[in-house]
Amino acid sequence: MTQLALVIDLNVCVGCHACVTSCKEWNTSGWAGPMVDENPYDASPTGTFFNRVQTFEVGTFPNTETVHFPKSCLHCEEPPCVPVCPTGASHKRPDNGIVLVDYDKCIGCKYCAWACPYGARELDEQQKVMKKCTLCIDRITDATLSDRDRQPACVLACPTSARLYGDVHDPDSEVSVAIRERGGYQLMPEWGTKPANHYLPRQKIRMHISADELTRVDNPLRKEDLTTYTGEETLDDLAW
Amino acid sequence: MQDPIAHSDSTIGQVEVKETTCYMCACRCGIRVHMRDGEIRYIDGNPRHPLNKGVICAKGSSGIMKQYSPGRLTKPLRRKAGAERGAAEFEAISWDEALKMLEERLGRLRAEDPKKLALFTGRDQMQALTGLFARQFGTPNYAAHGGFCSVNMAAGLIYTIGGSFWEFGGPDLERSKLFVMIGTAEDHHSNPLKIAISELKRRGGRFVSINPIRTGYSAIADEWVPIKPGTDGALLLAISHEILKQGLFDRDFLIRYTNAAELVIDDPSRPDHGLFYRAEMHVEEGCFDPENKLWWDRNIDGPISTHTPGADPRLMGSYRLDAEGGIPVKPAFQLLKERLEDCTPEWAADTTGIPAATIRRLAYEMGVTARDQKIELPIPWTDCWDNEHPSVIGNPVSFHAMRGMAAHSNGFQTIRALGVLMTLLGTIDRPGGFRHKAPFPRPIPPCAKPPHGPEAVQPNTPLDGMPLGWPAKPEDLFVDPEGEAVRIDKAFSWEYPLAVHGLMHNVITNAWRGDPYPIDTLFLFMANMAWNSSMNTSEVRKMLVDKDAQGHYKIPFLVVCDTFASETVAFADLVLPDTSYLERHDALSMLDRPISEYDGPVDAVRIPVLPPKADCRPFQDVLIELASRLRLPAFVDGAGRRKFRDYADFIVNYETSPGSGIGFLAGWRGKDGDKVLKGEPNPKQWEMYAKNGCVFHHELPPSYQYMRNWNKGYLHWARAHGMIRYAEPITIHLYSEVLQKFRLAAQGKWPGRRPPERLRQRVDTYFDPLPFYYRTLEDQLVDTTRYPLNALTQRPMAMYHSWDGQNAWLRQIHSHNYLFVNPLIGRKHGFADGDWIWVESAVGKVRCMCRFSEAVEPGTVWTWNAIGKANGAWGLGSKADESRKGFLLNHLISEELPPCEAGPHLSNSDPVTGQAAWFDVRVRVYKAGPDEPRLTSPQFDPMPLLPGQEPRRGKWQAYVAGVFGKK
Repeated sequence: MTQLALVIDLNVCVGCHACVTSCKEWNTSGWAGPMVDENPYDASPTGTFFNRVQTFEVGTFPNTETVHFPKSCLHCEEPPCVPVCPTGASHKRPDNGIVLVDYDKCIGCKYCAWACPYGARELDEQQKVMKKCTLCIDRITDATLSDRDRQPACVLACPTSARLYGDVHDPDSEVSVAIRERGGYQLMPEWGTKPANHYLPRQKIRMHISADELTRVDNPLRKEDLTTYTGEETLDDLAW
Repeated sequence: MQDPIAHSDSTIGQVEVKETTCYMCACRCGIRVHMRDGEIRYIDGNPRHPLNKGVICAKGSSGIMKQYSPGRLTKPLRRKAGAERGAAEFEAISWDEALKMLEERLGRLRAEDPKKLALFTGRDQMQALTGLFARQFGTPNYAAHGGFCSVNMAAGLIYTIGGSFWEFGGPDLERSKLFVMIGTAEDHHSNPLKIAISELKRRGGRFVSINPIRTGYSAIADEWVPIKPGTDGALLLAISHEILKQGLFDRDFLIRYTNAAELVIDDPSRPDHGLFYRAEMHVEEGCFDPENKLWWDRNIDGPISTHTPGADPRLMGSYRLDAEGGIPVKPAFQLLKERLEDCTPEWAADTTGIPAATIRRLAYEMGVTARDQKIELPIPWTDCWDNEHPSVIGNPVSFHAMRGMAAHSNGFQTIRALGVLMTLLGTIDRPGGFRHKAPFPRPIPPCAKPPHGPEAVQPNTPLDGMPLGWPAKPEDLFVDPEGEAVRIDKAFSWEYPLAVHGLMHNVITNAWRGDPYPIDTLFLFMANMAWNSSMNTSEVRKMLVDKDAQGHYKIPFLVVCDTFASETVAFADLVLPDTSYLERHDALSMLDRPISEYDGPVDAVRIPVLPPKADCRPFQDVLIELASRLRLPAFVDGAGRRKFRDYADFIVNYETSPGSGIGFLAGWRGKDGDKVLKGEPNPKQWEMYAKNGCVFHHELPPSYQYMRNWNKGYLHWARAHGMIRYAEPITIHLYSEVLQKFRLAAQGKWPGRRPPERLRQRVDTYFDPLPFYYRTLEDQLVDTTRYPLNALTQRPMAMYHSWDGQNAWLRQIHSHNYLFVNPLIGRKHGFADGDWIWVESAVGKVRCMCRFSEAVEPGTVWTWNAIGKANGAWGLGSKADESRKGFLLNHLISEELPPCEAGPHLSNSDPVTGQAAWFDVRVRVYKAGPDEPRLTSPQFDPMPLLPGQEPRRGKWQAYVAGVFGKK
């Protein structure tokens, strides 16, 4: 069975929010839209986003890491949001593993939001239905788009290519290879939700220089190690 | 719901896709605008575009919300009769009335004294047209925003290596093994740098970030090196000290391609002390560096012409030429060595806060990587001395820096130090190092010069000289017989001799004071000078409304052209509504700041995707209209009839001089569209750009892509295509003879112009031909015990300055800002995370909320730039977070230094370039009182909705393309 997912590379994510707004601009006029904004030009503006970037710090100065962490629905293989839904609005598609909400069936009871340990679901406060990432299902299945464009909007937008997209059940897919080789991990696996989305950890490149690398024979200082004789006394003047 | 698999966007409404160029920031990515029934469905990156290769950022993806923002201006507005300036009481007028007002007023000024018009624009990248207009009008009082942005970076590197970062060059991260980013640089440029950094990391390259703050790109650095603000110069000199001490410099590169081995006269008693000894020979006048200098050859142990085949010059030592009874000389490198002698890592550790061991390690990493991980590309090329090289060599260490280093009053010399370090490592225009972008490299300094004296300004006559240029000696300054400024911003005076981008940040203060003279009309385009683009914002706002004894405004007439109801619009006497970037033609021209790649020249255009909203008109069309009405020579024919219908027509048909073949666009020139860069106008040029994604990219052959300062083939190609005047080698100025000439003038040794007495010491000190570190001018003049902290701003990646406060999506990411402080500071002063605090400098104070952060060095506090807005501006409601919880640091930063012996009103700027020293400000912080309002301070009277502005949108907004506008 196909399980489509995102693999997010924290080693290169700079927290630019391209994924956040490219998602919003595609989806607000798309199948899963609209994505409303509340107080768009006044106090405490807020609104529906399927994808958000949280930035947090780890460690204390000067050993501080600043982590940019994009978060969206993880399209769990065992999605806890599905069985709790009283109307069947929340469902997992058998053909590609994407977890979706049918707004026509959703009654806005928020059970799914309570059940989701990742906080991935947001209630549309105007329409009173639950909304969340669809992996841009209306892009990735649209045969009128080019192959390149049949990817989630966030994946195409991401300037650092930190978002990989593909079938995590296909061992040869780019995402499976990345998970395998780069130590890809799931969020809170102990919950048994089997999130399809994975994250790739940071990797540090260090340099090691040994002392003998500093002083080599081709050191250009050897060309300049001259002294000048200005007539002062030397042993040549004194010894025999 | 319909099965999403059965859903296809292509079946909904009338679908169209149009290509143009983004302008949500200055990066200029290619975009595709997808339309549904005439409304924007979505905007994505153009995969065919060389700059962004299909990606797009948060800003670019939010273009819809800029287009449909209620903050937009839609009609020309005139301040109501009897209304006070600043109260934003306007009446809508027609364009005919607006243009007539301008034509009449500007026509009168041009006939009386053209410098009474000051035209300043917030953005460059349109300088080709705005600069031409100013010059043709005859006013020298013109500049774009560079003086308050990053002119130190441009000038510091261009006066050193003949090119600079961002538009004109950058780090070659495709081949770099070690990349060092210094200071805030997040949006210059944006997507290409993000793409490149991620690719560097994927390839296993190492990324070091040196910054007081760890945010933005620094988050993914392999190592964060926190540094005290304004001390980068000390760090760079200490690194160079170690590079020299260990012999990790690229000797061959220094000898062949820089002035390191050239002999400098070393006798303080001589008037030519510190200049290169120049052999007698015929030298053609020009802005290139004549090769009439000497090396000291180790083989003959005597002087020899530079670049003599077989010669092997000394880099060190002290010698005596036989001429004139013996002239003591030293290679420039020896002088650098002497300069660096005391700049030890231990010396720099105290200043920078970086441990000496770390400094030493960074130096070793740079030096060893450059030396041992050389790249050799099998690309043959020929140098200017006819030596054939079978390959191109690269030392893969690269750097990037922008405003973080630049926006200090010691920035110019600091950036010179960076240029010197990059040069010592042998990384200039080589694979994996720094790479130029066309039209750079250019001569050091480039040929264009400002006018030389007041006589350059004459009634009804174009300016005699360029409004902005590159002084190479005191005679190139723009001063009156007393040596005082001719420009309103005092650029190119002895106060700021190399102010190559002008000093926009002092225009309002100077004009208000009438120093050096009063002006009549201040014309601002896209410049928020009553808010985030001015220092000392609260006082500047008062100056804009200040009146003389007769009750007249001290700045008599203020014209503001903008797309949005910015804070500055409130102060206008006449408001001109500009279009959005999706509604106009634009040229991102080789004559200004193109989007060239390392592999060759690239320029781009914007083609309208949508018709202008309501009565909006592109500013460029307005300028062409005005120029035609005023009959500025370049815009009319011999009979005084207008030559250009509009900007689109101008872009295709204008030539810099009749028959020059050089125009605004480089692509598809010539009658048949088969010429690049130079060729007669092509009436089908727009069609060709439209067919090609609005971009023209000329890829140079590989042999012309590297070593361009000294690449004979490239230089001749560049000359044949009108990019440069001389196909001569562009020798790197490790030692700056240009600076020494100004210093000699200050010392009374220069035969020509000399600075006024009050400025002699200042010029003598700061025009050092070798880079040096000094404490910032603010540090020297304010009580740093009372104000122990540095305060900085950083650029949020989802906002571009103040541009996006009106954007419903982006403002949800940053609707207000906090002052970030290290918890140690909070604990010391008794406040907690989230508390309201005061930030106070020597000139002002601001109340705001604080956030504790471990990602900032304890001597620094910081906030995001330009998130705070004045109440009611940008179409925001009166309770918007931007005005109630957001704040500007600008209120704390003076635009002038405290009076000192060099003058009572010197700009708070770099003494060499006039670069605004935003990041020098010193502050203290303390907790706000329990009874104080939970509101940022200062607050300003709310700006009302303007005529023509949309009414408030209400509580909910749901954008759906094709439906939104019909609701």
